[in-house]
Amino acid sequence: MSMLGPTLLLALREIRRHLLRSFLTVLGIVIGVAAVVTMVTLGNGATAAVREQISGLGVNILQVRPGQGFGRGGGGPAPADFDMDDVAAIRDQVAGVVVVAPLSQSSGTAVRNAANWSTTVNGTTSDYFTAQQWDTSSGRTFSVAEEQAGKAVCVIGSTVQRNLFRSEDPLGQRFRLRDLSCEVIGTLMTRGQGGFGNDQDDVVLMPIKTVQRRMTGNRNVRLMMVKVDPAYDTTAVTASIQSLLRERRNIRGAKQDDFNIFDTAQISQTLQGTTRILTALLGAVAAVSLLVGGIGIMNIMLVSVTERTREIGIRLAIGAVGREVLLQFLVEAIVLACLGGVIGLLLALLASWAVAPLLQVPFMFDVRINVIAFVFSALIGVIFGYFPARRAAQLNPIDALRHE
Amino acid sequence: MGDDPGAARPALGDPLIQLRGVTKTFGSGAASFQALRGVDFEVTAGDFVAVMGPSGSGKSTMMNILGCLDVPTAGEFLFKGFHVEQLTRDERALLRRRYLGFVFQGFNLLARTNALENVELPLLYRGEKPRARREAAMGALAQVGLADWWDHTPAELSGGQQQRVAIARAIVTSPQVLLADEPTGNLDTARSLEIMELLTRFNRTGITILMVTHEAEMAAYAHTVAHVRDGLVDQVEARAP
Repeated sequence: MSMLGPTLLLALREIRRHLLRSFLTVLGIVIGVAAVVTMVTLGNGATAAVREQISGLGVNILQVRPGQGFGRGGGGPAPADFDMDDVAAIRDQVAGVVVVAPLSQSSGTAVRNAANWSTTVNGTTSDYFTAQQWDTSSGRTFSVAEEQAGKAVCVIGSTVQRNLFRSEDPLGQRFRLRDLSCEVIGTLMTRGQGGFGNDQDDVVLMPIKTVQRRMTGNRNVRLMMVKVDPAYDTTAVTASIQSLLRERRNIRGAKQDDFNIFDTAQISQTLQGTTRILTALLGAVAAVSLLVGGIGIMNIMLVSVTERTREIGIRLAIGAVGREVLLQFLVEAIVLACLGGVIGLLLALLASWAVAPLLQVPFMFDVRINVIAFVFSALIGVIFGYFPARRAAQLNPIDALRHE
Repeated sequence: MGDDPGAARPALGDPLIQLRGVTKTFGSGAASFQALRGVDFEVTAGDFVAVMGPSGSGKSTMMNILGCLDVPTAGEFLFKGFHVEQLTRDERALLRRRYLGFVFQGFNLLARTNALENVELPLLYRGEKPRARREAAMGALAQVGLADWWDHTPAELSGGQQQRVAIARAIVTSPQVLLADEPTGNLDTARSLEIMELLTRFNRTGITILMVTHEAEMAAYAHTVAHVRDGLVDQVEARAP
């Protein structure tokens, strides 16, 4: 052990003496470590971004839709939409439900003076703002009276506001939506892009009764957003809603549901799992390049042993024992690998810091992967340095001294 | 090293090195070649021995065995009473580290390494502290007259200077034996004589010197000249110092 200090010194001297060669030797490790750490760092960022976007759909929100899966799917008659009685039933009969916001969707072109804008019209109740945790930036939401009377009032998203009113104050103004003249009573806070790339601010919200009567012409509810009390387990609430709806829709025995309940928390977990697997996969591919880097170190160390045969001969003649020569070359390989690892980590830090904004994922520094990558590169130094080092240690001093 | 009883310098005149019936065969079967054919040889402590002989006579092989770099095929080699032929590779390395110093024909300094670091090298393997290492190495360089050249690499030194650095490296550990293999082989006469003066000076401090040479002029500095011919020491002349 007393040899370790001087050996380290020798290794550093040797690296300093061959700066270019040392750099080329560790280039493989540098790239390998940089690749692994960058991949994992960006992958973690992507996982976090997915989590963020999903939580943008609402926390503890169950979305109840007619039909199975995302589409209406398959043959047979399309499953019936819900109605306001379903909404009331869920709100009143299922424990753990805070609010149920119904949604009746339509679309149309909003026209005001010369400006017109094609947008989505969502009929809902004031519970929608609670369920979505979405506040108005100015004005107010629907009153109970407006909801019950089906008044032509609306709350508009910032995209609609910008396109119809420019910089004017929209409150109290009217615009035309199909054959409906509608008064703006509120504007929504800007939300930006949704989890699936949609513009969440391109929306006009109206009392559901207004949309049903004047636009869709039926009393259907296309979607129910159920906000669950955080103290309750969403899985249990989902099950309660499921059995309630099965009963109301008269689905018995083994017959499949003709509706689906979309748990954002569950989807979030699934998507995060997927990005995690992708991260691991990319990391594994990058790890192969680390291995190649290790072989690069072995290659150069073997050349170095041949090139420095005479030096090894001198050391042996002077009285170095095999173990010391082995240690010298091994330490040299490990120091090189560690240096490569550190440079790789710095490079990865720089790369992921620069690339993360381009991929629109947050930059997440993960201490664990940095430590793992560093230890791994040191390990590569040990493994791939051992063979050349042993070869050096086993040289015959007489032959080594005679080596040209 | 004061606590090492083996390091005590034997009295002048004691047999320090004994070769008894040493043979060395290279290769095997029909291709084998016997370089030494039963050498009997003795070196007393404090002697200055020149080993002479034509090339192929076996003198290099003999020097390698005396330097504990190689082992005899048969016979005994006693160094300070150790049966070197029975030692392992690492034990011989430790023997070299503790008692021997080497000077080679080709200088064999580490390239791109300054004189001081070259001289420090044997101390490094002895586990000396950096400060002690530096002081001893500077002292050794001063003894060969190169104190001002400590930060020059071999490429920046003349042949004679390089060989003096090599001698400084050999004596920095205060060895009991200094083995010099054609130390003047690559030098002109003036440089060669300087080197011989240095060796003579270190011999006077009690270091036993074994030198291979084929130049009578250099052998003239020795007190004992061993002539090797056809794998045998066939004549040993003692000269008045």
